[in-house]
Amino acid sequence: MTTVATDYEVVIGLEVHAQLLTRSKMFCGCSAEYSAAPPNTHVCPVCLGMPGVLPVINRRAVELTIMTALALDCEIPEQSKFDRKNYHYPDLMKGYQVSQYDLPLSRDGWLTIETEEGERRVGVTRVHLEEDTARLTHVDGPDGSFSLVDVNRSGVPLMEIVSEPDMRSPEEARLYLVKLRQVLRYAGVSLANMEEGNFRCDANVSLRPRGSSSLGVKVEVKNMNSFRSVQRALEYEVERQTRLLDGGEAVVQETRGWVESEGKTVSQRSKEYAHDYRYFPEPDLPPMQVNRELVSRLRAALPELPDEKRRRFEEAYGLTRYEAELLVESRARADYHEAAVAASGLRGDARLQRAKQVANWMLGDMARLQNAQNVDIEAVRIQPEQLGQLVAMVEGGQITGRSAKAVFERMWREGRSPHEIVAEEGLAQISGVDELRGIVERVIAASDRAVADYRAGKTEAVQFLVGQVMKQTKGRANPGTVRDLLLEILQNG
Amino acid sequence: MSRPLHELGVVEARELLQRREVNARELAAAVLRRVEEVEPRVRAYITVTADLALQQAAEADARLARAEGGLLTGVPVCVKDVLCTAGVRTTAGSRILEGFVPPYDAHVYRRLRAEGAVMVGKGNMDEFAMGSSTENSAYFPTRNPWDLDRVPGGSSGGSAASIVAGEALASVGSDTGGSIRQPASLCGLVGLKPTYGRVSRFGLIAFASSLDQVGPFAMTVRDAARMLRVIAGYDPRDSTSIDRPVPDYEAALGDDLRGLRMGVPREYFVEGMEPGVREAVLRAVGMSGELGAVVDREVSLPSTDHALAVYYILAPSEASSNLARYDGVKYGYSFQAGGSMWEEMEQTRGRGFGDEVKRRIMLGTYALSAGYYDAYYLKAQKVRTRIRHEFEAAFERCDVLVAPTSPTVAFPIGSRVDDPLAMYLSDVCTIPVNIAGLPGVSIPCGFSDGLPVGLQVIGRPFDEATVLRVAYALEQALGVAGRRPAL
Repeated sequence: MTTVATDYEVVIGLEVHAQLLTRSKMFCGCSAEYSAAPPNTHVCPVCLGMPGVLPVINRRAVELTIMTALALDCEIPEQSKFDRKNYHYPDLMKGYQVSQYDLPLSRDGWLTIETEEGERRVGVTRVHLEEDTARLTHVDGPDGSFSLVDVNRSGVPLMEIVSEPDMRSPEEARLYLVKLRQVLRYAGVSLANMEEGNFRCDANVSLRPRGSSSLGVKVEVKNMNSFRSVQRALEYEVERQTRLLDGGEAVVQETRGWVESEGKTVSQRSKEYAHDYRYFPEPDLPPMQVNRELVSRLRAALPELPDEKRRRFEEAYGLTRYEAELLVESRARADYHEAAVAASGLRGDARLQRAKQVANWMLGDMARLQNAQNVDIEAVRIQPEQLGQLVAMVEGGQITGRSAKAVFERMWREGRSPHEIVAEEGLAQISGVDELRGIVERVIAASDRAVADYRAGKTEAVQFLVGQVMKQTKGRANPGTVRDLLLEILQNG
Repeated sequence: MSRPLHELGVVEARELLQRREVNARELAAAVLRRVEEVEPRVRAYITVTADLALQQAAEADARLARAEGGLLTGVPVCVKDVLCTAGVRTTAGSRILEGFVPPYDAHVYRRLRAEGAVMVGKGNMDEFAMGSSTENSAYFPTRNPWDLDRVPGGSSGGSAASIVAGEALASVGSDTGGSIRQPASLCGLVGLKPTYGRVSRFGLIAFASSLDQVGPFAMTVRDAARMLRVIAGYDPRDSTSIDRPVPDYEAALGDDLRGLRMGVPREYFVEGMEPGVREAVLRAVGMSGELGAVVDREVSLPSTDHALAVYYILAPSEASSNLARYDGVKYGYSFQAGGSMWEEMEQTRGRGFGDEVKRRIMLGTYALSAGYYDAYYLKAQKVRTRIRHEFEAAFERCDVLVAPTSPTVAFPIGSRVDDPLAMYLSDVCTIPVNIAGLPGVSIPCGFSDGLPVGLQVIGRPFDEATVLRVAYALEQALGVAGRRPAL
């Protein structure tokens, strides 16, 4: 008996929830910055859902959502409204969540990701605004298990970004998340940190025979706390569903939770028990008219976004796509590079040369130290103009490349200017023929073997002699000058 | 002075206080004595705040002494127990909020206090304002001062009865489908439901958010106008309140109705209407003509019939969501017997809510459910729009509409409790006004079998001034205002 395994296509759609960077909560004046606050200290009757209180829309939250939507090339309809999503859970103070149902703030956008097969657009179905829930901490104590409720998070503005089922592999899902996080951070709308819980992701995944245009039965996967766990959970799901289908079994439409410690997903709720959220328009909030002026103002306020910036870095600085992509990974990194280049005041080819060198330092030694010591670009002690100065000193022949590495390491540790460090350590390059002649002569006198090799035609011996001079000068000698001098003396001698 | 202090009107009392002919402490004490005397029979209050009232009265006297009096300084009022009062138990007539003491004031109570009103207590009501007789109070029914065996109407029965019984000079209630106007009609006083958005709902425990509105009760139209002026106005904490100036409603009152176009929508003279009610209402319509109004009896609001159905879809839908927060975890009644979290939440709600509240939660949950939403909620919203348009059309040819407030006078206690549908019909003339968000006032227009009959005057959105002007002119001409039963 032979079995022919079907070739499946993976279909993934993602729902991302991101907390917005507003000062106050979505519908009350409580501070939305609660991460360091003791439990239940950022609360008021409104976010506690007490009787008779009413919500008031946080205008800034609406603006940040529209900015996000614009960054994702969404349409912004003129009419929008809030709805109530009704369900009982102890993290929900009112017994309903104020969210958006049929008239979200935006719809129909996209995000470009860079896959192995090239650029691909992932559709963004909608970006809408809602409120976060309280945080539950489950405790298993000697007297049984119970849950503690921290209401600080209740009512924090939460944006939901729903993608189309356009991703075709767990890796693409990861790329989408990385890119989305980058855009949110660029736009300055969210910290977008998955580990800290202000950026959360649920995934819908299904399989279908390759070539089919209809969608298979989808499974919703929750509880993933990092990009890596999203990818792992999806890979697990793809395998699980493949196994089921190959074995002639049906995939059940359900919600499954990712259990990180066990590396698998487990069933949480099947469709028969799916919630009926009984959405209806929130009567406490009048519908919103999103005026076009506001939209243009917000569009104008959007900073340059990653794709645009990357293209500009390639063109303006003559960088490769790969280099440019690495530099624009975060706005701060890109800004650092630009500040270092701009400080030089150079024009034309000199500027391109400088930009390239700054990029080399940033993507080389600096990135190495950052990774090793887990230092964000914002916390790097070397100021951009100081890095520019270091590059300029190498270009101008004031120090050797070899000295520069040592200077860079001290700059990294101490945050001082390269000029100071070079002066202090006496690292200024020795290029003067007169200064070097004595040292070169002493080295030749002390290196009979190498001199003999040279005379026997082994020209590599010169390299050894250059190295000896560099050693004597602690790397400060100009290697070109040393070489010229060596050859002159050896040939004449 | 011939009349006892507890029978003073608001404006009248305020003038006596201003002239220092009476002080606020004496007035509060007189009202509290009256409460002691008649409350065992009337039961208008869930909570009497005697100490607080005397303290507030003392403050009022101090303000008056410094000539800093406000529009209501020293005037004793009753506040329906659906409005949150910081530090004072607020139950909404429900077991589930037994012992709930809010840490904040409703906007309306804050406004009353800012103008110097003195709170006598919290008025009894149907649980969560769901009812038309105050029999659905989880605590006890309130009785109609005109006949203690009859209901005062509802849901703001306590707010209405307290004034007629001399237990307050004025009060505030809430009106979702008639809960101010209907008890005003049944108790023989003035009750006004303002335009939706005229008065802030902040701190008003929600029943049906798109219909709820707070309004005043008083013995006279002038007093009601004073009360409205105090509580009306924009509040940034209520996004559905409207930022429009509040006129001096008292200044707009006048004796005649010359040039006024008054419509009498025929659909409001419903089947089952008591002849005595019809007679009293038609007498008032006739009087309007004599006062110079042009009476138009051809006005039609054809969708009136559907208003009740629309209301019993929309209001329970919103209520099912508004009441979801009462789970015994955060405040109020909590059933605890060592069961699981879900069991205890269910028990809390099962024991904490009364039958009518549960009935409406079920109705609303059903109407909003997947597969039923379009047929019920959405359809009801469409009919709501149509009802609104019909009113708009009527107001193109009329300045006000007049109609009965309730098809019947006060009914005996217990006569409708087992027949929810009959109870719902009590509000058939008031509900369309909430559906359309319009202002409406009920004033006494006569008596039938010794029981008061109310006339409803309905106006354009935010035209409370005209509504009150018509009510005032009729009140002066009809001469039935201010009558009180012997208790």
